[in-house]
Amino acid sequence: MAKVLVVTSGKGGVGKTTSTAALGAALAQAGGKVVVVDFDVGLRNLDLIMGAERRVVFDLINVTQGVAKLQQALIRDKRLENLWLLPASQTRDKDALTDDGVRRVIADLRTKFDWVICDSPAGIERGAMLAMRYADEAVIVTNPEVSSVRDSDRIIGMLDSKTVKAEKGEQVKKHVLITRYDSSRAARGEMLSIDDILEILATPLLGIIPESQDVLRASNVGAPVTLSNAASAPARAYTDAARRLMGESIAMSVPTERVSFMNRLLGRRAA
Amino acid sequence: MTMNLWRLFSSRKGSAPVARERLQILLAHERGLRSQPDLLGKLREEILSVISRHVSLDPDKVVVKMDRGKSVSTLEVDIELPNGLEGPIAAAAS
Ligand SMILES: Nc1ncnc2c1ncn2[C@@H]1O[C@H](COP(=O)(O)OP(=O)(O)OP(=O)(O)O)[C@@H](O)[C@H]1O
Ligand SMILES: [Mg+2]
Repeated sequence: MAKVLVVTSGKGGVGKTTSTAALGAALAQAGGKVVVVDFDVGLRNLDLIMGAERRVVFDLINVTQGVAKLQQALIRDKRLENLWLLPASQTRDKDALTDDGVRRVIADLRTKFDWVICDSPAGIERGAMLAMRYADEAVIVTNPEVSSVRDSDRIIGMLDSKTVKAEKGEQVKKHVLITRYDSSRAARGEMLSIDDILEILATPLLGIIPESQDVLRASNVGAPVTLSNAASAPARAYTDAARRLMGESIAMSVPTERVSFMNRLLGRRAA
Repeated sequence: MTMNLWRLFSSRKGSAPVARERLQILLAHERGLRSQPDLLGKLREEILSVISRHVSLDPDKVVVKMDRGKSVSTLEVDIELPNGLEGPIAAAAS
């Protein structure tokens, strides 16, 4: 049975698009048929991160308005044959997306894919609302930082009240994904700890993605980090998170770079 | 070197505990507001009905404001009463 997953956060720039691409590719590599859907109308980026920007012909809004068929808008990944992208419109106004249009497209995608992963725009407005509206599960992307945690809390409130599941008296299954985690700063007590974040948000943890240059490198070449450098720390953390989404239980590891005591001293002196 | 070592161990706690505490207070407050989206409207209505039982007043002259602070929030209720009130009420108000 298909699962609709929204990747959301409230706060902008925390890693939603990066996570959508990485989780989508990892789930596809594990054998699922996956579509990643860009809901960031007017500011699309998922096509770029997926390396498909030059292949976009039709987009989500074209499909909701009946200008194009779903099959015409879907772009198949060049590396993984069971990974697809439904891009957002770059030119259209974000009001062009309607609740009814989204409902129909999601229902259609459910019949064709195992995983429908919706990359939400930042904010708590209509666009973010529509991205989560038909979700079964939610990945709440959170950075270890006060404003991000506060926004995640608001998004959790929306997931519990504004989704179709919530309106039916059911619950969207929620997961917190902590990204851009810097273990050395955490060790120094400069960053909210994982335990603090989980206690405050009272939501189970899906994974911890370290701050890493590999993410930037992956975006430069237009590949999900799980594909561009599968052995890297963020790729391994995303792959584990994807397997947890599939229901496997995998021990949680806090990604740490091995920094010697001496280096830490020198690092502190330089700071 | 001695200085650096000292700093390394003394500042072990860092600023994270402060962040955690501020968030806990703020979110407890925001969750409260979320579960009662029109708290101010309801308060205003009920205050108005209580006062109206004793004094006739202009509904527009009842102002209820919430002021969110870091650790304490205050509720400000401003009620303008018509002149010519009888003694007991005026005395109780002072
Ligand atoms: N784990 C990470 N390590 C280093 N950089 C990261 C990491 N995750 C994301 N970034 C960087 O952070 C920036 C924002 O990431 P991304 O576009 O995925 O966020 P977003 O939440 O989708 O943003 P928006 O709200 O604008 O849609 C990008 O430059 C990305 O490369
Ligand atoms: Mg994005």
